[in-house]
Amino acid sequence: MKTVYVCCGTNCLAAGAKKVLSELRQECAGMEAEVLPRIKETGCSGFCEYGPIVTIADEGENDITYYRVKESDAAEIAQKTIAKGELIPRLCFHKDRNQPVASKMENPFYSSQKKIALRNVGLIDPADLQDYLARGGYEGLKRALELGSEGVLEEMRLSGLRGRGGAGFPTAAKWETGAKQKEFPKYIVCNGDEGDPGAFMDGSIMEGDPHSVIEGMLIAAIAVGSEQGFLYIRDEYVHARRSIGKALEEAKKAGFLGRNILNSGFSFDAEIVRGGGAFVCGEGSALLESIEGKVGEPRHKPPRTSEVGLWRKPTVTNNVETLANVPFILAKGGKAFAQIGTEGSKGTKVFAMVGKVKRTGLVEVPMGITLHDLIFEIGGGIKNGRQFKAVQTGGPSGGCIPQSMLDLQVDFDNLTKFGAMMGSGGMIVMDDTSCMVEVARYYVDFLCEESCGKCTPCREGLRQMRHILTEICEGRGQDGDLETLERIARTMKDTALCALGRTAANPVLSTIRYFREEYNAHIHDKFCPAGVCSKLSVFKIDPETCVGCGLCSTLCPAKAVIGEAKHPYRIDPQRCTTCGSCRNKCPKKAIITERRGENGSKD
Amino acid sequence: MANQEISGIVMKYPQERRFALAAMQDMQRALSYIPREGLELLAEHLQCPMAELYSMATFYKALSLRPRGKHIIKLCNGTACHIRGSVNLRKCVSEILGIEAGETTPDGLFTLEIVNCLGACASSPVILIDDIFYGDVTAEQVPEILSAYCEKETI
Repeated sequence: MKTVYVCCGTNCLAAGAKKVLSELRQECAGMEAEVLPRIKETGCSGFCEYGPIVTIADEGENDITYYRVKESDAAEIAQKTIAKGELIPRLCFHKDRNQPVASKMENPFYSSQKKIALRNVGLIDPADLQDYLARGGYEGLKRALELGSEGVLEEMRLSGLRGRGGAGFPTAAKWETGAKQKEFPKYIVCNGDEGDPGAFMDGSIMEGDPHSVIEGMLIAAIAVGSEQGFLYIRDEYVHARRSIGKALEEAKKAGFLGRNILNSGFSFDAEIVRGGGAFVCGEGSALLESIEGKVGEPRHKPPRTSEVGLWRKPTVTNNVETLANVPFILAKGGKAFAQIGTEGSKGTKVFAMVGKVKRTGLVEVPMGITLHDLIFEIGGGIKNGRQFKAVQTGGPSGGCIPQSMLDLQVDFDNLTKFGAMMGSGGMIVMDDTSCMVEVARYYVDFLCEESCGKCTPCREGLRQMRHILTEICEGRGQDGDLETLERIARTMKDTALCALGRTAANPVLSTIRYFREEYNAHIHDKFCPAGVCSKLSVFKIDPETCVGCGLCSTLCPAKAVIGEAKHPYRIDPQRCTTCGSCRNKCPKKAIITERRGENGSKD
Repeated sequence: MANQEISGIVMKYPQERRFALAAMQDMQRALSYIPREGLELLAEHLQCPMAELYSMATFYKALSLRPRGKHIIKLCNGTACHIRGSVNLRKCVSEILGIEAGETTPDGLFTLEIVNCLGACASSPVILIDDIFYGDVTAEQVPEILSAYCEKETI
């Protein structure tokens, strides 16, 4: 019997996966019994740029995977591939120009990935507990029940797992602190408040494999000695909340959750808390405040939340991806996990690779892979044939890494050493049309809006940095601005109350460190070389290169492109807002950036 | 009517402080905002100062003290959307509807919100209207997308 997997992750849904699914169901409904497939609605299969994705697998190892499937393709897929096993090359991924790739594993996007946290995502129906059990689900829990607290802690120590939420704190150490506490009750909290812009791995795990997160919490509870857990899930993640909610019900029904689990005498229950849409609640202690029904402001530390946490009781908080790794560690052993990765960072890491890369999506790779391999081998390089400029890792707490450092091996320590951060695993690829000063301003602006305002360095420091960066982007930058920025950044690093404030200056510091020339161009030459800051740049069409196709003229929202077909077009600098619509689409790359002169000034 | 609805929501929850956020989120969903009466009733129910609930209502982005529009436009300005041109979409939506971020159209049809990452980065730039995602949106498509919602109302 064949199984058809239809990816219904957020991105595929946005691309129309539900329609494809219902059409396929209809097409297959009338099929003969021997070819009638099982049709499964799965979580995110990762290759989001090419969604909706449909995989047709036989009982063995073989599969045929189709990309960018439309509703109208369903009939053909049913008649040819499902009924007869025939390949439809048109829907396949093409490795080289004319070479269709049938199987998922031959697709370079998937072939060098190693999946642990995502081991089930895309391969199971998240709403079906049986699917999870069939792939070894809750085996880790059974082993943990046999081992007891000390045994679980030992496996975790062997695994070397470090928290995937940002700071990379050793999970075993955190659990041990929790286990040592004499106070009771103790709580286990799953941090699903994934707020870093550009990161969606936790959302995908909760959507696509909710039971692995619940199982991870159960194992943590055994180690720590807790009976109650909370899953704090971001307000924006509608699908993830639904999926976890369903899984909690199923797990309770099957006896994996509740009183006397699997007749072991151990009891644990968990419930969902819906976030309120505040970035700072991703910070551990602010998150606990929010669960308590208060404003989500971080607490002073010490004491750590594993000692004094929720309702002043010991509370162990782990990130979604961390918890999803735990069942694997218990089922396969900590040693097996520790064989993957680098000296200081074991296992794999999930990255949300987005931005100007050809194949955006969710990837899981062993720690220690180089940025080059990630972006160029798996990601396929830069879109529209443009030049790579930088990759931003770690979200608003992270930094921008330039071209010269593409050979850097990605792990917790390396990224920190070079001024970036692993963060939760967002990886935003930027090309030569991104202005690094503007990117820094974007992050500072984001954090300024999201800063809770409790401590002065973060609240005021960000505001001052935003002011200076805006001045630079708008052509009023002065000598000494960079030094002032660096000074504010250092003060914030030393004195802010929580980790978010202490890392908030990283995007500014790392861009100054690696892209100082670009700052200087803005400040001294009043020029934005990337053509993003509209007060400092203007586009021009190179008359030698322009073939007069007129595409830019149709696309320009400001109606700034003048001319007639088959002759070189011209841009009216008075009207041009440097939005980039023309530059993104020009087939001849004839759009060049120039300094906006006094006479071309918009104001 | 509204008062009954509010007390229905509030009474559903046990008298424990930890349900404050959930109760306010329910109010938000049912009434599109948190009315003063809602805060008062909840404060009484949970035995906490109303000022604390007020500070929550102004702290969390999901909550609003003024009625929001019938359709909530969440325009994503996460990093991926930002570098793929969400700023242009924002200008475009603002021009068509005549409102800035956080505002509601006078007819109460739309509220425009700028949000940070909807988790659909591969389809950036993204606009979420109510619960429908629009991916890879270009400025030219915006009028068409919005007009579909206006038409629904006139029919």
